[in-house]
Amino acid sequence: MKKGEKMERREFLKKSLDFIIGGSLLGVIFSIFYPIMKFIFPPKLPEAPQFQVKVGNVDDIPLNSGKVFRFGTRPGIIIRKSDGTFVAFSATCTHLGCIVQYRPDLGHIWCACHNGHFDLSGNVLSGPPPSPLEKFNVKIIGNEIYVTRG
Amino acid sequence: MKKIINSTYKWFGERIPLKELIDFISKKGVPIHSYSYWYFFGGICLFLYITQVVTGILLLLYYKPTAESAYESVHFIVANVPFGWLIRSIHSWSANLLIGAIFIHMFSTYFLKAYRPPRELTWITGCLLLYLFLAFGFSGYLLPWNELSFFATKVGTEIVGVLPIIGKPLKIFLRGGEEVSGATLTRFFGFHVAVLPGIVFIILGIHLLLLQIHGMSVPLGMKEEEVKKEPFFPNFFIKELIGWLLITVILVSLSVFFPWPLGKKADPFASAPAGIKPEWYFTFMFLTLKLLPQKVIFIEGEVLGVLIFFIAAIFLLLIPFLDLWSKKEKRNPIFTWIGIFAVLYIIIMTILTYILPGK
Repeated sequence: MKKGEKMERREFLKKSLDFIIGGSLLGVIFSIFYPIMKFIFPPKLPEAPQFQVKVGNVDDIPLNSGKVFRFGTRPGIIIRKSDGTFVAFSATCTHLGCIVQYRPDLGHIWCACHNGHFDLSGNVLSGPPPSPLEKFNVKIIGNEIYVTRG
Repeated sequence: MKKIINSTYKWFGERIPLKELIDFISKKGVPIHSYSYWYFFGGICLFLYITQVVTGILLLLYYKPTAESAYESVHFIVANVPFGWLIRSIHSWSANLLIGAIFIHMFSTYFLKAYRPPRELTWITGCLLLYLFLAFGFSGYLLPWNELSFFATKVGTEIVGVLPIIGKPLKIFLRGGEEVSGATLTRFFGFHVAVLPGIVFIILGIHLLLLQIHGMSVPLGMKEEEVKKEPFFPNFFIKELIGWLLITVILVSLSVFFPWPLGKKADPFASAPAGIKPEWYFTFMFLTLKLLPQKVIFIEGEVLGVLIFFIAAIFLLLIPFLDLWSKKEKRNPIFTWIGIFAVLYIIIMTILTYILPGK
């Protein structure tokens, strides 16, 4: 009886020790890797949402041409059609993120990276892009062009 | 003089097993058969890697890894530093030749089925080295911060982001943020000069150690004990040196007559230029993504393309465990045909990238 008790105690102590060592080891591993994993992912910097940007003057953009502009941290594209009206979109291709351009010879938007074509409503005409370009609103105040989002 | 050499040899011999090492090298044999010439490509890869390390260290003396000064510092190297244009050109050309040599080395060992037991780990470390050197090429391509490299990085990291679950965090980790920016350049510089060399040092060490342990594989059907061998030193070593000399001539000629261009400085707010394409060794994947339709059944084209290449990379790694026939010294034509298909696919798609109209 006494012998059995001793064995049980020994077993209990052994298991406890295994648990403490194993737990400590896990703790050490976690305390090493957690800060490293957190460190390698950059912190999210607060970014003031930009809803409006002045692109330039009407005279800056000739008929049947386009211009890439900065909208916050992302690029946008404004196009002056042959009839003088303006349209604007996000310039980031919906396929793999290249910056699109206006092709005056084709009269529509083109992405040079994987040959994606978009019409002047932002819809995909051909190529691999899976969805249309995000559309922005264009406001002309006097001679100045403003692009707004949302 | 002889006395000095002898005493130096004795001094080192008492501390390092020099005699055993010399015995090992002098007894090491290289099999002679009709495919022996493929053995040289491993050594050529090693030589080009050493060239990369030396020229890379030299470039580090002037290169500045920030978006504001990276392009200018490379321009300074090629325009102002004596022989800077040559060092930079050799680094770029050598990188391209190295990837080419690794592909040749990999496919030659694939077709000769050198991955048979006990060389599975040699094959796996070799595949890992191929992936690591592709990562070297990809990270190094961005460092001059020019227009082409900027968009290649944008597309390349976006491709990573397409992967399910791990894609998005991996993309942010690689870019150092949501977009390709100066943070990406600093990170890629870190990968290129510290992380990748460290990993390559270990994997390459294991690869070369395994080669010494197992020796060179012989083609299927031959018996390792029966095949005729030539001594590694000096016979094979001298032939390898001739190969290195030839590669040096090719490398220097290419660098002198076709200096690597620097291109235009990257502008994160400019349209991607027409005719944009990545380095030649990524073009077969680039064209595949370009030709895939928006949707294949219910999967987006680009997701499907990326997944296929990801699975192919894992398949390549696991070949020794999948080709069960080669373990019994038998040839399964399926694996030979898969290899032929892969070679033809890579060659044809690479050529098509350069001849297909981009518009």
